[in-house]
Amino acid sequence: MTTSVTTMSRQAQPKGAGPRPSRPSRATRTRRTLVRGLPVLPALVLLALFLAGPIGYCVYYAFTDMRLSGASATNFVGLDNFRHAFAAEGFLNAVWLTLVFTVLSAVVGQNTLGLALAALMRHASKAVRAVTGTLVIAAWVLPEVVAAYLLYAFFRKEGELNAILDALRLPSQNWLYTLPILAVSMANVWRGTAFSMLIYSAALGEVPREIEEAAEVDGAGRWQQLWHVTLPLIRRSIGTNLMLNTLQTLSVFGLIYTMTRGGPGDRSQTLPLYMYEQAFKNSLIGYGTAVALMLLVVGGLFSAVYMRLLRTEV
Amino acid sequence: MSDRRRTERLVADACLAVVAACFALPLLWLVLASVNGHADLRVAVPHPFTTGNFRSVLNTDTTYRPMLNSLVLCGGATALCVGCAVLAAYPLSRYRSRLKRPFLITILFATGLPITAVMVPVYGMFVQVDLIDTMYGTVYFLAASALPFAIWLMKNFMDGVPMVLEEAAWTDGASPMQTLRRVVLPLMWPGVVVVTIYTFIAMWGNFFVPYLLLLSPDQLPASVSIFNFFSARGTVQYGQLAAFSVLYSLPVVVLYTVMSRRLGGGFALGGALKG
Repeated sequence: MTTSVTTMSRQAQPKGAGPRPSRPSRATRTRRTLVRGLPVLPALVLLALFLAGPIGYCVYYAFTDMRLSGASATNFVGLDNFRHAFAAEGFLNAVWLTLVFTVLSAVVGQNTLGLALAALMRHASKAVRAVTGTLVIAAWVLPEVVAAYLLYAFFRKEGELNAILDALRLPSQNWLYTLPILAVSMANVWRGTAFSMLIYSAALGEVPREIEEAAEVDGAGRWQQLWHVTLPLIRRSIGTNLMLNTLQTLSVFGLIYTMTRGGPGDRSQTLPLYMYEQAFKNSLIGYGTAVALMLLVVGGLFSAVYMRLLRTEV
Repeated sequence: MSDRRRTERLVADACLAVVAACFALPLLWLVLASVNGHADLRVAVPHPFTTGNFRSVLNTDTTYRPMLNSLVLCGGATALCVGCAVLAAYPLSRYRSRLKRPFLITILFATGLPITAVMVPVYGMFVQVDLIDTMYGTVYFLAASALPFAIWLMKNFMDGVPMVLEEAAWTDGASPMQTLRRVVLPLMWPGVVVVTIYTFIAMWGNFFVPYLLLLSPDQLPASVSIFNFFSARGTVQYGQLAAFSVLYSLPVVVLYTVMSRRLGGGFALGGALKG
């Protein structure tokens, strides 16, 4: 796709750069830009009111002591919310769990499994490929709460995972109680791997067969070939995919909330759940927003990196 | 060489079969439990086989109203989002301007922002401007949050439509909007369909946004009502819950299947997204 996008923009260019007999005056050009840009307006208004607006509010609320109860007036409190956060055990716990959740499910789980699936599919028989693809994508298409409910049933003490472990004479346990963060991470892998698989299928499809065959003729084994030839060729896709996986995983709420409510205790309470609890259960909108702002900034940083990876295409 | 290929295929098939089984188990449980009279949490042959689970959830309160709310909510937001995206993508794809690059960069940046993080301020804002617990307010927000990605995809699809035909239309005196409707859109309808279905599927499954912004029970979409169902009766009525899950998932599964049959589905999306 990289190549086709580049060719497309190359095709599009002659138009703008087309014959320009006499240079129009500045005023005419400004007017022309405005008229031509008019169709962007509805999108712009919607984005300004409902996306930029809330982000602006986010920055503002984060420095106030706004509460849901509305009993007292909202005051500007400077950096208090942030100071409070970094001193709070619950916040640090949430940061740590978010890190574990993201690394386990996005970086290791979805990304690696997605790549493995895409790579294996190139060598598998057609039927197996079709069935696996369908199942993995089905898990992705299902609504979030349904997926959460299915995985909840799977990991429950009396659920299917323990049934299998029993059958294999392996020790079973109450996964949602002993290792809740692992259970929700696996759930996220189950739900999100399709995305990586699709990205990598597209990327691998563009690796020219001749290059792989040449490596084969030179006596490279499959692993060597993958490591030295294929992976370097698709490194941009790897970067993009890692970023997108991370960004999606950072904002996972419904999956964890449905499966564990962040519990038991706070042992699967990632940042979005912590933010929710503080803002709505404890009515600390200001403090919750400060947590949200930090999440937004981290997301923004990742998004900026992702953009740099795509930069040549804008 | 051929021996090596055969072994490789066997190994690949075996590995994929294991992964496929892991992905299949929860799905299998869902289907079997929905027709099982005594469903528990294990994968089991329905005993007794029954359609009772479906019959007991197919009523206004449990299924019809939430599904209709979902349809209004997601259908409205998808229409708004795709409409705005088509309009916005046209100048972005066709003209050159100093403003274009910054705008596209902002759009791309916004596609990555974790929407979850803005939900607390959105709630605060909706309370202040009195949009809380209104369908149209939620529609606006859902549309806005999906818009950056929709614009980005739509522009990429539109870039794929060659300019030659349009130039002919322009010479014949057609306005840009006429050209968009009569020439560009008919040529890129698969792209529009992919964006529409993808946007709709994502919204249909969205739980957090309606969970926060809608409060009255009679306005809740299926994503929230299934969650409440689960919290309230989750420990007892596994069969009914599974039946409701099947009903609630059906529209998006069908949509996705149609899309992938006709248009290459997710593979097309993966390609358009980045590769």
